[in-house]
Amino acid sequence: MKRIQDFSVIDTLWLNSSSYILILKSETSIEKIDPGNFAEIKIPDAADIFLRRPISVYDVDHEKKEISFYIKAIGKGTSKLGSLLPGSKVNIVYPLGNSYTPVKNKNALIVGGGSGIAPFKLLGEQLRGLGSKVTYLFGARTSEEIVLTDVFSKLGKFNCTTEDGSLGEKGLVTSHSIFKNIKYFDIVYTCGPDPMMKAIAKIAENNNIRCEASLENMMACGIGVCLCCVTPTIRGNAVVCSEGPVFQSTDLKW
Amino acid sequence: MVDLQVDIAGLKLKNPVTTASGTFGFGEEFVDFIDLDKLGGIFVKGLTIKSREGNDYPRMAETPSGMLNAVGLQNKGVDYFIDSIYPRIKHWDTEIFPNINGSVIDDYIAVAEKLNEVKGINGIELNISCPNVKEGGMAFGVSCPSAIAVTKAVRKAYDKTLIVKLSPNVTDIAEIAKGVEGAGADSVSLVNTLLGMAIDAKTKKPLLSTITGGLSGPAIKPIALRMVWQVYNAVKIPIVGMGGIMNGNDAIEFMLAGSTAIQVGTANFIDPQVSEKIVDEIEQYCISNGISKVTDLIGGLITE
Ligand SMILES: Cc1cc2nc3c(=O)[nH]c(=O)nc-3n(C[C@H](O)[C@H](O)[C@H](O)COP(=O)(O)OP(=O)(O)OC[C@H]3O[C@@H](n4cnc5c(N)ncnc54)[C@H](O)[C@@H]3O)c2cc1C
Ligand SMILES: Cc1cc2nc3c(=O)[nH]c(=O)nc-3n(C[C@H](O)[C@H](O)[C@H](O)COP(=O)(O)O)c2cc1C
Ligand code: FES
Repeated sequence: MKRIQDFSVIDTLWLNSSSYILILKSETSIEKIDPGNFAEIKIPDAADIFLRRPISVYDVDHEKKEISFYIKAIGKGTSKLGSLLPGSKVNIVYPLGNSYTPVKNKNALIVGGGSGIAPFKLLGEQLRGLGSKVTYLFGARTSEEIVLTDVFSKLGKFNCTTEDGSLGEKGLVTSHSIFKNIKYFDIVYTCGPDPMMKAIAKIAENNNIRCEASLENMMACGIGVCLCCVTPTIRGNAVVCSEGPVFQSTDLKW
Repeated sequence: MVDLQVDIAGLKLKNPVTTASGTFGFGEEFVDFIDLDKLGGIFVKGLTIKSREGNDYPRMAETPSGMLNAVGLQNKGVDYFIDSIYPRIKHWDTEIFPNINGSVIDDYIAVAEKLNEVKGINGIELNISCPNVKEGGMAFGVSCPSAIAVTKAVRKAYDKTLIVKLSPNVTDIAEIAKGVEGAGADSVSLVNTLLGMAIDAKTKKPLLSTITGGLSGPAIKPIALRMVWQVYNAVKIPIVGMGGIMNGNDAIEFMLAGSTAIQVGTANFIDPQVSEKIVDEIEQYCISNGISKVTDLIGGLITE
């Protein structure tokens, strides 16, 4: 069930100069969250920011009543959230959107870039729990942007590319050597910049492998009523916040 | 106990709070957040005779105290609404108002005729003010003769409560309101969005695929209030006021300016519970001010 709920900031853990984990705690229980679900966060004390901001759920701890987000500070709202002090109140509407399809006893490749690594802690945990083997491949410009490797390495095999070659293989994610053995994988999950996801989807499709991509369209309501966030699909315009954000790549006309 | 009931040309609403077309889906998207039975009414997403895909993405841009949209009436058509959506939502104890649209007068007539036959739907909102479609839409609402022509035609085709939604993108909104009153409208609703635009200086590109779009939210509230006041002083039919209402106090202001009922629009995106809260806040206002009937507020602006 969707809910609007007040939280207080426990901490903002900065991982590098531009990204952080925002940890929020509630007095009351937290709704069930599936990997890929997102929240619409109201930016507190920001008269110049009118709309909520959509952010994927990075982690949840039902016992401690904590929910956390992996956020890249790219503008007004995401910077403001990163500057909140412990104890600040934050109101969120969640859980929103659909989720990635879980697979049992399969080999899964998870490809992320930018803020698009956010849903992949929960997804990796879920897949492992179902007996699937997880391989991560994250791409960034430099090693400074490759974060949370300790977290992801515990859940699966961790690979990365950097454009300057400072960590992992040098180049774009799509040129990583893992794709030489792409047939080993049963499914590819991806989230990140559109050009990256399109390229990954193409590789998967060319090898008849199912690929699921999570879109980050601009949103106003997040609950499927304003119809601002649409993307063209083979069945006409789909509402990303309610029918997505996760789509099977072959449905998308992007 | 405050009497919250209001009357739109014989159609009784349990309270003056309704939700604006295009900002509340078909109501069912809000069941996790509020009790829909608490609302006076729900104006559902704009309908056309045939299904429409709407405009290309991007359709939205955040602006100071508001937003621009360029949705362009994406919907599955009036038949789909009647056959597949209305049966799902009709059990709620609130008035459901379809919002009807067309490119030519015959489209409006066809949609109105179909809805006239639907038991349980007691009123429609005739939208002659959508700024986001190439043909029809706002074109009907910005000239007096065409506003009168489409209202007359739909009046003939529709027997129940007919509310005509006016465009703020005109020089004299009172004149158009008088025109549609004379053409048989039971009520007018105002305002639709104001035509606006947003540009990204970095890329030198517009932020909307359609370049221009409709501005809504608190940014338009002073203009909307002024227009409600002007129309209130020009017509006798009841007014449904809207434009940037974010809380009970804003709603009271619209009633004082002359609205019989109000619509909550863009505010639903920021707080999905806001419509129900506004009902409570209006009641609280009446209690604190010793008002026993909410209708006493209508046009209650003190000018001297
Ligand atoms: C379903 C979903 C899940 C998301 N998950 C995450 C996440 O887990 N972590 C994270 O850091 N970000 C995530 N995003 C992106 C995030 O919503 C945007 O970065 C944020 O809204 C920007 O707000 P701002 O106020 O900081 O930027 P603004 O000051 O509003 O804008 C700054 C710049 O960013 C651009 N921008 C604004 N919104 C978006 C957007 N949605 N996508 C791309 N560019 C945008 C603007 O055009 C502008 O150029 C997600 C988006 C969606 C739709
Ligand atoms: C995303 C969006 C979609 C809208 N769609 C419609 C529509 O289909 N029909 C209509 O008459 N008005 C539509 N409107 C206009 C609203 O009903 C309302 O007139 C306007 O937004 C002003 O009120 P507000 O400032 O409270 O939002 C839409 C507005 C928004 C923001
Ligand atoms: S953001 Fe409103 S419908 Fe998706």
